[in-house]
Amino acid sequence: MDYSIPTINLGVIGPEIIILLTAISVLIIGLFPNYRRWSISIAFIGIIFAFYDIYYLWNLNQVGFDGMVLADNFALLFDIIFLIGTLLTLLLSGNFINQYIRGTGEYLSLILFATLGMMLMVSTNDLIVIFLGLETLSISLYILAAFRRSREDSLEAGLKYFLLGAFTTGFLLYGIALIYGSTGTTNIYSILNLLKDGSVEIGILFYIGMILIIVGFGFKAAVVPFHMWVPDVYEGSATPVTAFMSAGVKAASFAVFLRLFLTGFSPIISQITGTLAVLAILTMTVGNVVAIVQTNIKRMLAYSSIAHAGYILIALTALSRNIESEFSAASIMYYILVYTFMNIGAFGVVIYMEKSEEEVLKISDYAGLGFKKPFAAICMTLFMFSLAGIPPTAGFMGKLYIFSSAVESELYGLAVIGVLNAVIAVYYYLRVVIFMYMKEAVLDFSYLSARPVMALSLSISIGGIIYLGIFPQSFISLLVNIL
Amino acid sequence: MVNQGPNILSYIIFIPFIGMIILTFIRRENVKFIRIFTLLVTIVDFIISVVLFIKFDPEFAGMQFVVKKEWIKSLGISYYLGVDGINLLLVMLTTFFGPIVILSTKNAINKEVKKFMIFYLMLQTGILGVFLSLDLILFYIFWEAMLVPMYFIIGVWGGPRRVYAAVKFFLFTMFGGVLMLIGILVLYFKAGLNSFDLVEIIREIDLPLNYQMWLFLAFGIAFAIKVPVFPFHTWLPDAHVEAPTAGSVILAAVLLKMGTYGFLRFCLPLFPNASEQFFPFISVLALIGIIYGAMVSMVQPDLKKLVAYSSVSHLGFVMLGIFSFTQEGVQGSIIQMVNHGISTGALFLIVGMIYERRHTRLIKDFGGLASQIPVFSAFFMIVVLSSLGLPGTNGFVGEFLILLGTFLRNKVFAIFGAVGIILTAVYLLWMYQRVIFGKLKDEKNKLLKDLNLREITILVPIVVLILWIGVYPLTFMMKTEKSVEYLLEVRKLKSERTFFVNEIDEYKIEICDEQVLSQKIND
Repeated sequence: MDYSIPTINLGVIGPEIIILLTAISVLIIGLFPNYRRWSISIAFIGIIFAFYDIYYLWNLNQVGFDGMVLADNFALLFDIIFLIGTLLTLLLSGNFINQYIRGTGEYLSLILFATLGMMLMVSTNDLIVIFLGLETLSISLYILAAFRRSREDSLEAGLKYFLLGAFTTGFLLYGIALIYGSTGTTNIYSILNLLKDGSVEIGILFYIGMILIIVGFGFKAAVVPFHMWVPDVYEGSATPVTAFMSAGVKAASFAVFLRLFLTGFSPIISQITGTLAVLAILTMTVGNVVAIVQTNIKRMLAYSSIAHAGYILIALTALSRNIESEFSAASIMYYILVYTFMNIGAFGVVIYMEKSEEEVLKISDYAGLGFKKPFAAICMTLFMFSLAGIPPTAGFMGKLYIFSSAVESELYGLAVIGVLNAVIAVYYYLRVVIFMYMKEAVLDFSYLSARPVMALSLSISIGGIIYLGIFPQSFISLLVNIL
Repeated sequence: MVNQGPNILSYIIFIPFIGMIILTFIRRENVKFIRIFTLLVTIVDFIISVVLFIKFDPEFAGMQFVVKKEWIKSLGISYYLGVDGINLLLVMLTTFFGPIVILSTKNAINKEVKKFMIFYLMLQTGILGVFLSLDLILFYIFWEAMLVPMYFIIGVWGGPRRVYAAVKFFLFTMFGGVLMLIGILVLYFKAGLNSFDLVEIIREIDLPLNYQMWLFLAFGIAFAIKVPVFPFHTWLPDAHVEAPTAGSVILAAVLLKMGTYGFLRFCLPLFPNASEQFFPFISVLALIGIIYGAMVSMVQPDLKKLVAYSSVSHLGFVMLGIFSFTQEGVQGSIIQMVNHGISTGALFLIVGMIYERRHTRLIKDFGGLASQIPVFSAFFMIVVLSSLGLPGTNGFVGEFLILLGTFLRNKVFAIFGAVGIILTAVYLLWMYQRVIFGKLKDEKNKLLKDLNLREITILVPIVVLILWIGVYPLTFMMKTEKSVEYLLEVRKLKSERTFFVNEIDEYKIEICDEQVLSQKIND
C-alpha cells in the first residue's frame, strides 16, 4: 500500500480515518432498525482494522500535513491504549444498548468520535490540532454524559460537564493564544527550538500561557482544584460512559502533558516543579480523603480516579525535576495503561451489578456477593486490590514505578505523602471487599444472569493487570525504546 | 559455593501455591477431600523443608541453595532466594505449623472450607516468600501479598468484631510497609548498583549516618509494627482475639517473626551505625513491652487475650536479644523466635480446643478441669511451663541466652529483663491455676470430654519439640551459629568502615583501604 501524496500524507492519519469511517457507518446503520444489531459488530471490526493499521505504521515515524500530524511510536502507543479502552467499554455496553436500543447508532458513533478526538490529540505536534482533538473528544462526551435524557441526573451531568468544560476550553485557548503571541508559532518543535537557541525571550506571557494550558488539561484529567465536575458527572452518566470517560480522557490529557513536557516546554519545565508538586499533593489527598465517606460506588470510584490523577502527577513532577529521566515518562505511560485496565474493569463489575429499573449502586448493596456470585466478586476484589496497589497486581508495579521516579528525582517528601495516601486509599477499596465477603447479603442476586461478553471484558482486564503486574519488563522496555 | 542443588527453595515456596491452584478446581461440596488434600500439601512442604534442614551445611555462613533469576531487568529486580542460619529455622517453623493448623481446623472452620484452605495455602506461600527472599522488592511483594489472605482469614472466619480487627491489621501493616517501600527505593538509588540484591547492597554500600538514621526508621517502623514493639502493638490483641484459632496460631507462631527477622536481616547489616544509635531506644521499648505485656496479661479475664498480650511480652525478649549485638543474644533471639512460635502457637491451639467444647474463653467459667480432662491438663501444663521458660523446656534456652547477651552489653537492661521473666511466670501460672485446679464448680464443665486422637496428634509433635529444644538445643543452634557470627562481623566491620567514610567526608582524606575491608567481609 502506498500512501504517499505530496505534502498531505493521509497514511499518517490512517487509524484515525478508519475510526472516523467506522463511526459514520455505525451512525448510518443505526437508522435502520432491522440492521441495528449489527452496528456493534461493525464497531469492533473497525477497531480491529485500526489496530492493524497501527501495527503497519509502527516504527515508520511518518509525518504529514506539513508537520502538523505525526505518527511516531509515542502517538501510536497511546492510540493502542485508547483503543483498548474503547474496546473494553464497548464489550461492557451490551446491556446499556439494549435499554436505549433506538440510540444505538448515536451511542456507538459518539464513543468512536471521542476515541478519534483522543487519537488526534496525541498524534500531533501542533497546539491547534491538540485543541481540535480535545474539542472533538469533549463535545462527544458532553452528549454522552446526558445520553439518558429521561433522567434528571444524567441531564445535570451533561449540562454541568458542558458549562465547566466550555469555560476551561476558554482557558486552554487563551493559553495557546498567549504562547502564540510570545513565540509566533503553535508548533511544539518550533517552540522548543526557539526556547533552546534563545532567539525568543521567555516573558511572563509565555509562563501564563503555559499555566493556562496546564489548567485546561488539568480540568480534563480531574486534577484538584479543577475537579468539581467529576463526581456529579461520573454519577449522572451511564456507567459504561463513566468507565470510558474515567480511563480515556485521563489518558489523553496526560499524554498531552507528556508530549508538551518532553518537547515544547522541556527547557523551562523545571521551574514549575513546585507548582506540580502542590497539585499532586492536593489531588491525591482530596481524592482519597473524600472517597472514604462515599456510599455510592460510582462516586467512590470518581474520587478514586481523582486520586489516581494525583499519583500520575507525582511522576510528572519527577519528570519536570529531572527531564532526562526516561523512568518518569515510562512510569506515567505504564500507569495509564494499567489504570485503563483496572478502572474499566471495576466499572465493569458495577455495570454487571446494575439493575435496569432501580440501580444497585450503594456499596452496601454488594454485601454477600462473594458467596453468591464468586466470579464477579473475585474480579472486583482483584480490581480493588490493584487500584489499592497491592502486589502482585499491576497496580502495585505502577505505583512502584511512580514512587521510584519520585525518589530518583530526590522528591522524598512527595514520595512519602504519596505512599501515605496509598494507605488511606486501601481503606475505602477494602470496604468494598468487606461488604462482598464479610457481610450477609441484603439483596438476592437472582436478577443477575451470566453475561459471556461482559465476562470476556472482565477477563481481558484481569489478564491485563496480572500479566502487567508479573511481567512488566516487556512493556517497560518497549516504552524506554519509544522515549 | 556449596549446596547449589536443584532449587529446593522454589519448591518450598510454591508447593502450597500449586496446591492452591489445584484446589480452585475442586468442587466446594467435597469438603473432606479438600481437607485431606490441603493436609497432604502442607505435609509434603514440611518434608521438603526437613530435607533442606538436613542438607543445610552449618559450617558455611553465607547463603545456601541460592536461586537467582533476572525478573524485571530495567529495575534490576531479580527472583532471588537463599537460606542461611538466620531464616532456616523460621522456614522450618512455618512449614511445621502447616499440617498442625490444617488439622486443627476440622471442627473450627465449617463454612466455606474451600476458600479457607485456598487462603491458608496462599498465606503459607507469602510467609515463606518473605523469609526466603533476598531481593528487596521480591521481599516487599511477599510482605504485602501475605496481608491479603490473612485479612480474609480474620475477616471472614473470625469472631464478632472481625471486620474491625481485619481492617486494623491490614492498615497498620500497610502503613509500615509503604514507608519501607520508600526506604527500599532510597537505598536503591543511593547504592546506584541498579539492583535490589540485598547481599550485594550490604557488601557495597556505605551510607552516611543521617541517611542510615532515616532509612533505619523507614524499615524499623514497618518491622516494629509487625513484631510488635510497644507503642505499635495495638493491632495485635484485636487481630489475635478475633481471628479463628488457625489464624491466631499462624499469626502468633509465624507472622510476628517477620518483624524480628526483618530487624536481623535488614536493619542490622544495612544500617550498622544507626542500629548502634537506636540501641538504647529500642531496648527500652522492648523492656517496656516485656513488662507492660506481662502486666496486661495478668489482668485479662479472657484466655485468648491473655495469650495475645503474652506475645507482646515474649517478643520484647527477642528484640532485646537482637539489639545486644552479641553472639549469645542474637542466637538466643533466633531460637526464642522458634520457641515463642511453638509455645504460643500451642497455647492458642489449646485455648481453641477448650473453646470448641465450652464456647467460652473466660477464665472464670473454668476451674478444676484437672480431674475432668487430665490429658488436656497435662498438655496444657507442659506448654505453659515452656512458655514461662522452665529449665528443661525450650523457653529456658532462649531466654537464658538472650539475658546473657544483654548482660554482656548492658547490665541494667538485663536486670529489667529478668524481672519480666518473673512476671511471665506469675501470669501464666496464675492463669493455669484458675483454669485447671480448684473445685469443679460449673455444671457444664462436668460434661467436658477429654482430647481426642486428632487433638493429641496435633499436640504431640509440639511437645516433642519443646523437650527437644529444651534438652538438646544444639541440633538447632549449630545451624545458626556461623551465620550469626558472620552477620555480627559484617555489622561491626561495616560500622567501622562507615565511620571512616564519614571521616573522609569531613576531611577529604583517604584513610582506609576499601579493598582490604571488602575482602574481609567477603571472607
